[in-house]
Amino acid sequence: MADDSLRPPFQNALLRGGLAAQRVRRAWWMAAPMLLVLAAVGAWPLLRTIWFSLTDSELSNLGDYAFIGLENYVGEYGLLASAEWWQAVGNTLLFTGLSVTLETLLGLAVALLLNQASRLRTLLRAALLVPWAIPTVVSAKMWSWMLHDQFGIVNHHLLALGLIAAPLAWTADPQLSLFSIVLVDVWKATPYMALLILAALQMVPEDCYEAARVDGVPRWQVFRRITLPLILPGLLVAMVFRTLDALRVFDLIYVMTSNSRDTQSMSVFVREQLIDFGLVGYGSAAATCLFFMIALLSIIAMGLMRRTFERAAA
Amino acid sequence: MPLATRRTLLAMLFTGLALLGLVANTRAADTVTISIACSGVGQELEFCTGAAEAWARKTGHALKIVTPPNDASERLALYQQLLSARSEKIDVLQVDVIWPGLLGSHLLDLRPYAKGAEAQHFPGFIANNTSHGRLVAMPWFANAGLLFYRSDLLQRYGQSVPATWEELTASARVIQEGERVAGNERMWGYVWQGRAYEGLSCNALEWVASHDGGDIVEADGRISIDNPRAALALTTAAAWVGRISPTAVLNYAEEESRGVFQAGNAVFMRNWPYAWALAQAEGSAIRGKVGVAVLPKGGGAGRHAAALGGESLAVSKYSRHPAAAADLVLYMTSAAVQKDRALRGSFNPTIAALYQDAEILQANPFMGELLATFTNAVARPTSVTGARYNQVSHHFWNAAHDTLSGKATAEQALARLEQSLKRVSRRGTWR
Repeated sequence: MADDSLRPPFQNALLRGGLAAQRVRRAWWMAAPMLLVLAAVGAWPLLRTIWFSLTDSELSNLGDYAFIGLENYVGEYGLLASAEWWQAVGNTLLFTGLSVTLETLLGLAVALLLNQASRLRTLLRAALLVPWAIPTVVSAKMWSWMLHDQFGIVNHHLLALGLIAAPLAWTADPQLSLFSIVLVDVWKATPYMALLILAALQMVPEDCYEAARVDGVPRWQVFRRITLPLILPGLLVAMVFRTLDALRVFDLIYVMTSNSRDTQSMSVFVREQLIDFGLVGYGSAAATCLFFMIALLSIIAMGLMRRTFERAAA
Repeated sequence: MPLATRRTLLAMLFTGLALLGLVANTRAADTVTISIACSGVGQELEFCTGAAEAWARKTGHALKIVTPPNDASERLALYQQLLSARSEKIDVLQVDVIWPGLLGSHLLDLRPYAKGAEAQHFPGFIANNTSHGRLVAMPWFANAGLLFYRSDLLQRYGQSVPATWEELTASARVIQEGERVAGNERMWGYVWQGRAYEGLSCNALEWVASHDGGDIVEADGRISIDNPRAALALTTAAAWVGRISPTAVLNYAEEESRGVFQAGNAVFMRNWPYAWALAQAEGSAIRGKVGVAVLPKGGGAGRHAAALGGESLAVSKYSRHPAAAADLVLYMTSAAVQKDRALRGSFNPTIAALYQDAEILQANPFMGELLATFTNAVARPTSVTGARYNQVSHHFWNAAHDTLSGKATAEQALARLEQSLKRVSRRGTWR
């Protein structure tokens, strides 16, 4: 402790002695139940998955396996040599990039609109939440029907408007399917972004705007110089949450296009290997890679956010 | 109502329930509850429940019907999870013809219970259901790919039932053009199953086998798929897409193709026998205008090839009442129940003797011919690939789908497939 000298001497003595140790011990006891629960639901499954990834375990005979080192990761039959895995990584990154960008832009637009004082605002805010409140499986199934090539309502209206000449196979056409999935994800997650950004917008002090109005600053400049810097921390938090969520996307893709290689995300790949192919060892290796990828991105994002916050505070 | 009375009432209710539970428990000493997982596709659930209830009435045991997901891959995933967790929740399960190799280690050997009853069934099916010398499932109904045709249209255009794929392509084109000129613009020549799923593996295996292009993986484990005959077979099929088959066939499973055919918008269809009863049902647009034949040969030198399908019933090794569960399986796969299913649901028996039964032949005139089809049916390479069959099939249908959708030529797709299969099999060892 650098500032020990500032404290009265008797307190220092007490802290160094029994009282401090007692407090520390008590703190551990208080935290113990939570730590145990975390270990049981978080650390144990994670460590088990990492252990399985070093074995040749198979679902049809889980008890009987051998330690094979890093064979599931590297080498001729390893994950890193599998074109399908890299396609899944690519699909996931493309999906994440596209959906988070669109959701941020649309969410910002919606939040700016909702930030205008109006009697409708409360109602709109509630209505906005509907897509977010629907379970993903339900909305994915709903959109699958709406996008169906034979009797889907989307094709019906596009045909009626003369925008397309023949029905499009939204979820089957390899050129369209990932785009369709991004579309549904944007529909679902934009409200979430909008609400988080709206919360940030309402924190911006009114007097900044008043001063700008007095000085006659143009609206675009007000947005660029006042609004955006002030909501940036909130915006970044929302974007990081969405990114981490999007990287482990599973339900939407699995319901809409199942195991199709054109849209397979990393999580869908993991499930396919683990369950459909019964390769517990290999699938666990993929799950471990997915975990470390997300962990790494979270650490980078947290570092970047801290820098932004510090700059905003300075 | 005062609180006290409400409490007393509740207490009485619980005591009553507990007593009921005791009664149920004492009954359970001699009769047990068997849970059976039937598939719910079409009429299957109704027939499965009906037969199982008849058995329950006969033996006094109780039943619990579990309805697993309709999608076969989902059903397999559920079984795999339940069985690898050694769950005793399901005693009897319906297993597809390609699953005994995958699930075998979790299933009970039925040979001691069958007491020779297995000898009545098709030997090929019994061999398919034997995993490491154990009979893990009893055959329940058989399936084979069939060619359905519109007899009225063939007659009107003076075409005969095609014996080769070339003849089929030619007749399909003639009739499709003729019907379109006559005003039915939605008429197509041939519909089949082209979605990237297990059904495409069956379709593509039929094309390959009919051209004598091998069985993907031979019985000795050799990967044989990258050969010119297999490439010819896939190229032939790819040429149908957009010409005699709608482009959307690339996303058709069984029911989508039946939808087009039964609406009267296709001349030929490849499907399983179940489509017969539905096409001939009351209210069907093509009732009385449908014929069934074996699938065409690949050229004059080829052969007729139909993929073998079908379902069996198995008992989980983790069942608490294996004897009663095995008894249910033997009852449901018996000749009497299979005959009833054939008469009312056109399910194909797995017992050869039933194909000479007059009543069955009257209800399903095509079944007589099927006996030969079943004896020559092509099995998917499940026994040699064992637990890796799912991966093999996955790579095979993706290669076929890439060829059909024009993403790759047949030669490119098959060369890549061979590489993938070498990887899956660890260089052909299938270790």
